[in-house]
Amino acid sequence: MSGKLEVNDIRVSYPLKSQLKAAVNGVSFSLESGQIGCLLGASGSGKTTVLRSIAGFEPIEQGTITIDGELMTSANQRIPPEDRHVGMMFQDYALFPHLDVKSNVGFGLRRLKPQTREERVDLLLELVGLSDLSGRYPHELSGGQQQRVALARSLAPDPDILLLDEPFSNLDLDTREHLASELREILKQTQHTALMVTHNHDEAFAMADYVGFMADGKLVHWGTVKTMRQFAKKSGAQ
Amino acid sequence: MVNVLKHFAIFESGKRYTFAAFVVAVLVCAPLLSLMFEAVQGSIGHWGHLLTYVLPHALWNTILLLLGVGFVVTFLGTGAAWLVTAYDYPGRRFLTWALLLPLAVPTYIIAFTYLDILHPIGPIQGLIRDVLGYSSPREFRLPDIRGLWGAILLMGVVLYPYVYLTTRFMFLTQAASVVEAARVLGETPRGVFLRVALPLARPAIVVGVTLALLETLNDVGAAEFLGVKTLTLAIYTTWVTRSDLAGAAQIALSMLFIIVFLLHFEKRARQRQRYSLVQRMRPMTPTVLKGRHIALAWVLGVIPIAFGFLLPAGYLVVQVFKRMGQQTGFSTSLIQASFNTLTIASVATVLTVTLGLIVAWAARRVRDSANEQSLGKLFSRLASLGYAVPGTVLAIGLLGPLLLIDQGIEWVLGLAQYKVTTLIVLGSTAGLLMAYVIRFLAIANGSIEAGLARIPPSIEQASRLLGESSSRTLWRVHIPLLKPAMISAALLVFVDTMKELPATLMLRPINFETLATLLYGEASRGMYEEGAVAALMIVLLGLLPVILLARAQQRSV
Repeated sequence: MSGKLEVNDIRVSYPLKSQLKAAVNGVSFSLESGQIGCLLGASGSGKTTVLRSIAGFEPIEQGTITIDGELMTSANQRIPPEDRHVGMMFQDYALFPHLDVKSNVGFGLRRLKPQTREERVDLLLELVGLSDLSGRYPHELSGGQQQRVALARSLAPDPDILLLDEPFSNLDLDTREHLASELREILKQTQHTALMVTHNHDEAFAMADYVGFMADGKLVHWGTVKTMRQFAKKSGAQ
Repeated sequence: MVNVLKHFAIFESGKRYTFAAFVVAVLVCAPLLSLMFEAVQGSIGHWGHLLTYVLPHALWNTILLLLGVGFVVTFLGTGAAWLVTAYDYPGRRFLTWALLLPLAVPTYIIAFTYLDILHPIGPIQGLIRDVLGYSSPREFRLPDIRGLWGAILLMGVVLYPYVYLTTRFMFLTQAASVVEAARVLGETPRGVFLRVALPLARPAIVVGVTLALLETLNDVGAAEFLGVKTLTLAIYTTWVTRSDLAGAAQIALSMLFIIVFLLHFEKRARQRQRYSLVQRMRPMTPTVLKGRHIALAWVLGVIPIAFGFLLPAGYLVVQVFKRMGQQTGFSTSLIQASFNTLTIASVATVLTVTLGLIVAWAARRVRDSANEQSLGKLFSRLASLGYAVPGTVLAIGLLGPLLLIDQGIEWVLGLAQYKVTTLIVLGSTAGLLMAYVIRFLAIANGSIEAGLARIPPSIEQASRLLGESSSRTLWRVHIPLLKPAMISAALLVFVDTMKELPATLMLRPINFETLATLLYGEASRGMYEEGAVAALMIVLLGLLPVILLARAQQRSV
């Protein structure tokens, strides 16, 4: 069972020509346990920076990020990524090319007993429908199969929060639509809290319970899919 | 204990590697700082003596040698690169990699070999005299190869591949449209080369020439065998024959100015090279040669290979077979030298590749702040400084720190009432190992950095989010993926260590011979028997990096 995510008024800046430019400014939202959220926005809107801040790869200048009430990041403190119990699916999947599917999925489970580890890996491979491909290497898999391995691997340690960075951007249209609904089913089945970022409206609306729209580092709107559609209509009309 | 250490900022996982890289960078820079200290220790009288009697002659010879070698390698390297790029003919592919073969022959071996081949009573002059009907060298002999011109030609013929490599790559990646535009505007093929291809390739040529000149500066064997008193040789003789450390340090300091000048030149050329490379290049279509032009291309291509590799290597093989026919087995000194070489090269390789990995990893790490990232890159550059410093300069610079370490050990052991009667570090191979590591760290670091650059950052991030620390990620993920880069680095460092002469001559323990120093000793005594065996072993092993380079060349374009 997953955790509650709270992002409070965070700001992330980068140095640009001897000044600091805010990539994320005053962003706040929260997700209850088991909910799927999505940050929507164009390239450079700051959505990936928010994701990376939650993962622990970016420091924040102000605000807080908490998971299940435990402070992960503030201006003065940052728990290292390996200690956060956060899972992440990367845009390029980041599968370990020297390990086969089984070893990739079991990578984060080295502290478990071998038998327990094996059982967990088999369970997850069955969940994503890749039990027959456990001995293959990443370069021997299709894009969709690689994406499933990446998902299984990120779920294996049973993280509190799952982060997904443009999970469908490398796939063709048909595979995208098919996997988007499958992914939501899997996440609802495992009851994982998840936050996804994408620039594709259809994916956002198909996957998420809550959707936020980001532009120029600000969270312009955060709400249910229904309210987001209304917002989008209103913005389009204006 | 680990929890306590974590409270010290320096031991946070992110900063640990930066600190390690800092330590390595300090170790590399220590000899240079020591050199300046030693040079300053010398009296004004020292400087006066140097400026009057030593520096002018050595400096003048060095400058002439550099200019001469620079001209020869530019001519041969650029010509060879154009020959295999702009024209197509049978056997071009063979010539493309064969032109790299002279890289396997160190400068002191080419000098050693040709001194024997062209000896007045050697095979070549003997054959010429027979053909012309002369019976003794008093009646006819060729000009002595000993001297500045001999040194220029011989060094040029083994160092031109540095220019060939960089320039060939530049020619291949120049836009075909640029060359075609010149042809459409009525330019002849010769004009295309001189007015278009050559100016565009100038930055690459400068980079290659700089590498060749750094190797020239590093040489001590060829200069001594051929009787050319260079700055490097002056450093060596000042220390070895006159035990004048301050004097040697002062000459070494003067050399550093030349090196800084060369490196500055090379850096500017690299920057210009980036801007002259246009993306989405269509490589030029080579002109198909016919008839006698094919023969001409072959003759021109084979000449540098013949003089730079085939003739010397062939001669060494003949000498070795002659020796094997005369007596059974090899002498104990040769066997011992081979064992010493293998041992010290292996240890140096492991140390250098490990430190190279640490420095490359520190420079690459996903960091908290941009400041630390640029620090990591600075340490990486400092750690690579050793490659530009000639072996003799490095050796002189290391004497001071090594002596300090010995004095420190003596003091510590003295506290325990233990009397030390010999130098522990300076008198052992530790100093030699340190010199090898400093000198060749750039090779290991460069190869591993290139390997790391091919691994996306998301791989490490995935591992971190799956609960692995930075160190465990390095061990479980990056090192397996870096195996090819590390093996390649290990091979290059191993062979370079095995060939190294200047620093080995100055820092080796008493009675410790390597293949290179054995050869040097033999040549100094005018004997070539066992030296030829040592030389052939060095050349054959030197072929391994050439094969690596040839394969990398094929893959890159």
